[in-house]
Amino acid sequence: MPAHDVLIIGAGLAGQRAALAAADAGATVAIMSKVHPVRSHSVAAAGGINAAINVADDWRSHAYDTVKGSDFLGDQDAIEIMCSEAPKEVMHLEHIGVTFHRNETGELDLRAFGGASMKRTAYVADITGQAILHVLYEQIMKYSDRVDRYEEWFTTSLVLDDDGACVGVVARDIRTGVMETFSAKNVILASGGAGQCFKPTTNGLICTGDGIAQAYRAGAPIMDMEMIQYHPTTLVENGFLITEGARGEGAHLLNAAGERFMEKYAPNKMELASRDVVSRAEQTEINEGRGVGPNGEGIYLDITVVPKKRTLEALREIVNIGKDFAGVDITAEPIMIRPGQHYIMGGVKTDVDGQVPGVPGLYAAGEVACVSVHGGNRLGANSLLDTLIFGRRSGEHAAARAAGLPMPAASEAQMRDDAAEIASIIARPREGRRISEIKDELGTTMNDNVAVFRDEAKLQHAHEVVRRLKEEAKTAYIDDRGTVFNQDVLGAIELGYMLDCSEATVVAAIERKESRGAQFRTDYPERNDDEWLKHIDISRNGDDTPHISYSEVTFTQWQPEERKY
Amino acid sequence: MAEFTLRLRRYDPESGAAPYWDEHTIDLEPHRSVLEGILQAKARFDGSIGIRCSCKAAICGSCGVRINGQPGLACHTHLDHALRGARDGVIEVEPMGNMPVIKDLIVDMDAVHWKKIHRVTPWLINKEPIPEREYVVPRESMVDITQSMACIQCGACVSDCLSMEVDPLFVGPAASAKAYRFVGDPRDAQQFERLQDLAEDPHGIYDCTHCFKCIDACPKGVAPMSQIMRLRRRAGNDHHIKDRNNGERHESAFVTLIKDYGLLHEAELLPRSYGGDSWFGKFHPKAGAELLDSLPAITKAVMRRKVSIKGALLGHKIPKADLNAVQRIYKKIEGRDERLELNLYITGYDEDVDGAETPPATAATGAGQPGAEPGQPGQTPEGSPSR
Repeated sequence: MPAHDVLIIGAGLAGQRAALAAADAGATVAIMSKVHPVRSHSVAAAGGINAAINVADDWRSHAYDTVKGSDFLGDQDAIEIMCSEAPKEVMHLEHIGVTFHRNETGELDLRAFGGASMKRTAYVADITGQAILHVLYEQIMKYSDRVDRYEEWFTTSLVLDDDGACVGVVARDIRTGVMETFSAKNVILASGGAGQCFKPTTNGLICTGDGIAQAYRAGAPIMDMEMIQYHPTTLVENGFLITEGARGEGAHLLNAAGERFMEKYAPNKMELASRDVVSRAEQTEINEGRGVGPNGEGIYLDITVVPKKRTLEALREIVNIGKDFAGVDITAEPIMIRPGQHYIMGGVKTDVDGQVPGVPGLYAAGEVACVSVHGGNRLGANSLLDTLIFGRRSGEHAAARAAGLPMPAASEAQMRDDAAEIASIIARPREGRRISEIKDELGTTMNDNVAVFRDEAKLQHAHEVVRRLKEEAKTAYIDDRGTVFNQDVLGAIELGYMLDCSEATVVAAIERKESRGAQFRTDYPERNDDEWLKHIDISRNGDDTPHISYSEVTFTQWQPEERKY
Repeated sequence: MAEFTLRLRRYDPESGAAPYWDEHTIDLEPHRSVLEGILQAKARFDGSIGIRCSCKAAICGSCGVRINGQPGLACHTHLDHALRGARDGVIEVEPMGNMPVIKDLIVDMDAVHWKKIHRVTPWLINKEPIPEREYVVPRESMVDITQSMACIQCGACVSDCLSMEVDPLFVGPAASAKAYRFVGDPRDAQQFERLQDLAEDPHGIYDCTHCFKCIDACPKGVAPMSQIMRLRRRAGNDHHIKDRNNGERHESAFVTLIKDYGLLHEAELLPRSYGGDSWFGKFHPKAGAELLDSLPAITKAVMRRKVSIKGALLGHKIPKADLNAVQRIYKKIEGRDERLELNLYITGYDEDVDGAETPPATAATGAGQPGAEPGQPGQTPEGSPSR
């Protein structure tokens, strides 16, 4: 049985950073991912990474912007750690080879981003996530004698010992169908978000909430799950992301009357207000009949105001996306966008070292986790930072913790259960619904009812649908009977993960009877600090229903105030 | 909505049966991608169709396939476009070439692509001392290597590499582009060693035959062949690496022959490739051996009238005015203070060329992408300096 001090599930930015940090700290490390590491969804992060590296900047300013962006739901101790450690982390990335754009004097160039009080976003054109991910993978290749890689291995369960500590995982080699139990002194979940619960989404097909559901099923609390970020600029056509970097470079948002309507909603920051604010503004314009396009369901993003040469150099990817996926030359004409599901602020509850309360040996970092640094709304270019800072801290902490522990031997009972479950899915008779139909209905329901504007009736409807789909999923059938690259059976398992995540999201959204950050309840349109300045934690009851509890928000320097941009 | 028929190359390694074709008719708007078509077939008809995919937006690099024989990303090819390239009204999708197939459209990239990436020591070897803050480097250098950094490791270039078909050991286009990402990086301490390694390796940078296939194949404009040419220029011109394989001399023989004669002088090419431009070079023993070795190929070329004996031996005559024109080009290029390197991110465009309808001429060094659409960055037209 393979055994490691630190086993990391997921090989995006958080996972790879954790692996390198744990290896540097002397631990034996393995990194496991259901896709090849460079396919991880971190690759799609476009705009950049925030850090107060300008000499005129201060990390406290970055931290305050983040607290305000979170609508005061973010935990300030964690935010302070993230922002104060950011400059060093960005320099580290630079040293290992990330090709950050430079200014005319050869130092790191910075661009403007939403919700930030000054330019503090370091970037590589608009492929920042790709550049960092590929450079981290260069380092993982360099560390090949110190970091074992299980690429294209699908984790099915966490393994707990009798005391409830996490001592390993069960996984399936996608290429061969072989199931194996892995022992580990510590497991770090870094398996990303759950955007596929929504349709459309900017997220890749692999973002199915695996880690969130695995931790939830193992008894870990998940937090802030109602906070779903709708990105202000996704293509009307198909939901693809247009980077916030476009607005950072100066692009305008226009309604059908050709007005820069952000004047009404955020007169100071205009297009560069927080994402929740901009998305709500757009949705309001659309709902009130000032949208553009044949059905009035879009908003114009006008990038032609950015000098063409700059667009071609710094926003090249969206020039291609406009051309290839919408048939629009963004350097010559505006492009139609609207708010679209992009990120989940919530996830597996952790402390500032990535440790999951109540499950010793289990860590989480990146989008799968909720530290919570993003609270009710994440600032653009803070997600890459979150993955790297808390990925590294988890890796370091897990390595240190491993040093004092004997290697556990994970029981193989879980593997037998998971193998039997997979066999039973494969053997299901061809009656009931197809997995793809259920997934489709889930995504559409979530997007129609748990989006920018919510109310009790919509949320209750979504809840009923999710409960029904959970039942239907139990008998849904698949076609592939094979063992080699049986993506069909993995899709059935992923659907289960998505349903768990969706249920938690809906339940939390029903529970929070106020409007804060990304959660806007038309039936409770005000922020209510007296009753709701707290996190909603969800854990799993024995009978597979979500159990709600609350936890305090941590304050250090900044008291809640009215939030205006 | 429109109907499209997809003909997918299927292979089930567990069945013991040979690969076969499988057709599905799907229903999508014509500008949707071939990947979406395959996903619809998978969702509606047969969940066992194997294809790697995730982002659907040409960033993750998972869905490299061949569509109607052309390599590319399934998510980056529109159905209507694919239909225009179809032979019989059916869009054919096959796994990529030059790599073993695992199942259906899924190939073993570790066995070929990633092995070659590993071959080029794919990590930064830092210049010492490492500064406390960032390395201060020229702005252009980072923009320059961003073109290599834009590679998403999809394998489309590897799929179609003709040199790799003949020599499976060839380091190949993707790994070469990766190598340039370090050779062009001013923070790297071992540029000479990297270049020497790739020049001396008989399967290294001089193994490329300039067929442009990888430039055509690349969905991200990385233009791997151009990166190989840059590696050669850096090796030969900047570091004066005269490799054992005579790659550098062979290339410079082409350059000087065209300069002297305006056209290739075949009989001179071989001796100069070994002996350089000196007259005595003709008697380089290796040149004789190579000549003997090449006789069958030469005979074949003569028989097929690709070359005439007279033309090959005496050189081709072109009008004096044309020769002068060729030599003027040399003079202009060689007269520049700094070598003009073409780049995806640094473009010759600015506000003043807004609305230009004609694509810039594909430049001679070959960084241009044939078939590029008007207004697409990616080429620096000769004569409009980028910096």
